[in-house]
Amino acid sequence: MFNLFVLQLLNGAQFGILLFLVAAGLTLVFGIMDFINLAHGVLYMVGAYLMAMLSALTGSFWGGLLLALPATLVFGLVLEFLVFRRLYDRSHLDQVLATFGLVMILSEGVKIIWGAAPLSVSMPDVLSGSIPLLGPLRYPVYRLAVIAAGLASAVGLWALINHTRAGMLLRAGASNRAMVSALGVDISRLFMLVFAFGAMLAGFAGAIVAPILSVDPGMGESILILTFVVIVIGGVGSIRGAFLAALLVGVVDTVGRTFGPILLRMVMEPAAAAQLGRTLAPMLVYLLMAAVLFYSPTGLFGRKAAR
Amino acid sequence: MTRNLTLAAALMLTAAAPALAQDTTLKIGVLVTLSGPPAVLGEHARDGALLAVEELGMVGGLKTEVFVVDAEGKPDVAAQKARELVERDDVDFVVGPIFSNVLNAIAGPITEEAFLVSPNAGPSSFAGEGCNPNLFVVSYQNDQMPTVLAEQMNKDGVGSAFILAPNYQAGKDSLNGFKTVFKGDVASELYVPLGQLDYSAELAQIAAMQPEAVYAFLPGGMGVNFVKQYEQAGLKTIPLLTAFTVDETTLPAEQDAAVGMLSGTNWAPDLDNAANTAFVSSFEAAYGYVPALYAAGGYDAIKLIDSAVKATGGDLADKDALRSALMAADFTSVRGKFSFSANHFPVQDFYLAKAIKREDGKYATSIVETVFSNYADAYVDQCKM
Repeated sequence: MFNLFVLQLLNGAQFGILLFLVAAGLTLVFGIMDFINLAHGVLYMVGAYLMAMLSALTGSFWGGLLLALPATLVFGLVLEFLVFRRLYDRSHLDQVLATFGLVMILSEGVKIIWGAAPLSVSMPDVLSGSIPLLGPLRYPVYRLAVIAAGLASAVGLWALINHTRAGMLLRAGASNRAMVSALGVDISRLFMLVFAFGAMLAGFAGAIVAPILSVDPGMGESILILTFVVIVIGGVGSIRGAFLAALLVGVVDTVGRTFGPILLRMVMEPAAAAQLGRTLAPMLVYLLMAAVLFYSPTGLFGRKAAR
Repeated sequence: MTRNLTLAAALMLTAAAPALAQDTTLKIGVLVTLSGPPAVLGEHARDGALLAVEELGMVGGLKTEVFVVDAEGKPDVAAQKARELVERDDVDFVVGPIFSNVLNAIAGPITEEAFLVSPNAGPSSFAGEGCNPNLFVVSYQNDQMPTVLAEQMNKDGVGSAFILAPNYQAGKDSLNGFKTVFKGDVASELYVPLGQLDYSAELAQIAAMQPEAVYAFLPGGMGVNFVKQYEQAGLKTIPLLTAFTVDETTLPAEQDAAVGMLSGTNWAPDLDNAANTAFVSSFEAAYGYVPALYAAGGYDAIKLIDSAVKATGGDLADKDALRSALMAADFTSVRGKFSFSANHFPVQDFYLAKAIKREDGKYATSIVETVFSNYADAYVDQCKM
């Protein structure tokens, strides 16, 4: 039982890390630009598709990854230039409508280009297979690599935001956009960079998850909802909050799915426990969100509401 | 006003007058899921149906019009589109859907005015007391596929099995069907949300429990992920037997991870009969990929409609005659022997199939042996029709 718990903690951490990579960009865009981007999940999907295409083209996982990152960055820049910069000053409703439309256009576009059948990306040999971990249990090497890559990105992001000039402008822009602009900083260029960088992070998440999950046109939608849960729990605009919330959501979801029914079985008959368990498990993260919002309406690390 | 009334009356008269067969257009709706992760299943069914329409030219000897509609895998959306098909487009037959939860939603609106021919979904809710005179299922009853694998595990003397399926109607049918036949212990019965892609939590439980075998029903993209992650987790030492999880819709992505895995089926591309050989070769020539059982279902559905309309001489108004003609199932199925039970579900053979890599480098399933012959479903006695 303990072994299973450790294994599930690792699984939860890996899932959380992935959520963080997607959520980081979204929370920046949402928190700093006050822009609701429903199409963020699509960027994750596009990252995975570009990875599938480019790794097939170069014949290697690393080549694919190396090309997929700048490709998603460019894709983000193009989207920003064509669509998003026209929406910054519009109401939230307009933003939701426009980005939702974009979700449909891009999902359909992906289907037209690559087809609806799931694609696969093969794993590099170095990272395939599994290593023994606690008795008979084994853990896939690749998932450990995903955890490591995600942690490295988190540290890099932290350093970027807290210890560089761009990060300082970003933080300043988040607290008072007009003031930063008045001081002679080209805020729209800053926004464009933030947006493209967020797109690249989401694309990176999609690219590294491609060898584990199948690459299909619906993958962006499924992760988007959880990503919003993460940034709401973490506090809109807070990278640190997004990181903790992503790990929390990943672990609660994974561990809850396994141990919920086991715990319930101790207090009620197995059939009822199984029934209740599978009803409750998908709700857990939302219950968590409700609880966090009850005690801290702006999320774990959210800025206190103005006035 | 008066003129409008006259016009309406005239129109009604024309509609009521027995139409000459040559003037009638046969309208067929194809309502399958064509978007989201399971879109590929719907595409197989659609392509199978369209291939049959193309080969026949005139389905049932009538001018044929086909309406392809995306059910989106969402019951509420599908119900709306089903109503549009029967009310606006005035279709005579609908071929669809893929998913059982969608069938539950569209059966009502469609069967009030037209015939519904399911190329895939066959939930228990329509096989027993809820059987419907205007619904014909050409595929199978959902419980049957898992019983094939349970029977196989009994033969192999498997003492404990871990079983899992998505949490919706067909998933529950699947696991219940498995349990009615399986003689060993069910180590754990797990339901995952429909559309789940990461199975790390479930695989960890399988690794911790070390059952003698695993049964999974995870159609479409779910199956691709499960099979790949199953191999990555180093679990391939535990036999994985599946239904709708390793087939021609998922094999292009699963590739070598799935080769050798066993599945239960009522059809495979190499099923040996003349109609099937012809179907598979023209399908591959037309669409460039290997058909799965959904494609065979779509193809057979059109062939069934063709046989029924021909038998009634193209008279689409006489529903009772059409119904008996459909029931007769006087067409050459790509599955060889084929007939309907009293509940409009098929009686057919079921096989154990194995995933292989063909000589041309494409992946496909291949028949290993027949597990059940002339197998009818367990609900037929409860159907009063």
